[in-house]
Amino acid sequence: MSDGSPMTLFSMTERAMSAQLVRMNVATSNLANAGSVASSADEAYRPVRVAFAAELDRASGLSSVRSDGLRQSDIEPTKRFDPGNPLADETGHVFDAPVDESAEMIEIMEAARQYQNMVQALQTAKQLMLETLRSN
Amino acid sequence: MSDPIFGIHGAALELRSKRMGILASNIANAATPGFKARDMDFNAALDARLERQNSTPAQLAEPELLYRRPTMPSLDGNTVELGREQVVFAENALAYSATLSFVQGKVNTITRALKGE
Repeated sequence: MSDGSPMTLFSMTERAMSAQLVRMNVATSNLANAGSVASSADEAYRPVRVAFAAELDRASGLSSVRSDGLRQSDIEPTKRFDPGNPLADETGHVFDAPVDESAEMIEIMEAARQYQNMVQALQTAKQLMLETLRSN
Repeated sequence: MSDPIFGIHGAALELRSKRMGILASNIANAATPGFKARDMDFNAALDARLERQNSTPAQLAEPELLYRRPTMPSLDGNTVELGREQVVFAENALAYSATLSFVQGKVNTITRALKGE
């Protein structure tokens, strides 16, 4: 871990939750750019994905999650004939951002569920710790 | 020293808490590609812990971590099955609670004996 102290259940959950939050933000920005068009294939928006990696803390045996960078997908933008569009190129084509709305929605739902799972696990663990503390 | 008072419950409580961390790690990594879910054999770990405690000099045994065998392996190499992990987590939390109440009972008994009520 970066600050040298061993990972606790709390810091582990916190990291896992923020990783899920990054994932949700990325999916949301993909969704926001779903309808955007560009005048060339290079300028078109490409959906972004987060790559997760496990982060093992040897001192405590806990493994957390960190986002291992953002990857831009290499799906080609869809070329559409739309000569009336102000962004159309000389042949009258525009390039749509290749965002799959349903896939992004599912990504958001999955991230939310994962987040919920972590909150629940933390709640249970926290309650047990408190019980242990308060016993006499 | 705590061994004769609390019996196996001291060691059990510590192992339960350790296992809770491992299972929470599994749940946290449910979406990490290539992550292998881990767990410990609680009975074996407890036996090993007690054996080490009774031997002199007493030493702390780290529980051996095993890999979970998935019912249906997924494409990305992740072996976490969320439903299963959550059930095991709940079961472990319940067992922790049970062990804790045993320890509490012991402490209450001793406190009452000390107070002489």
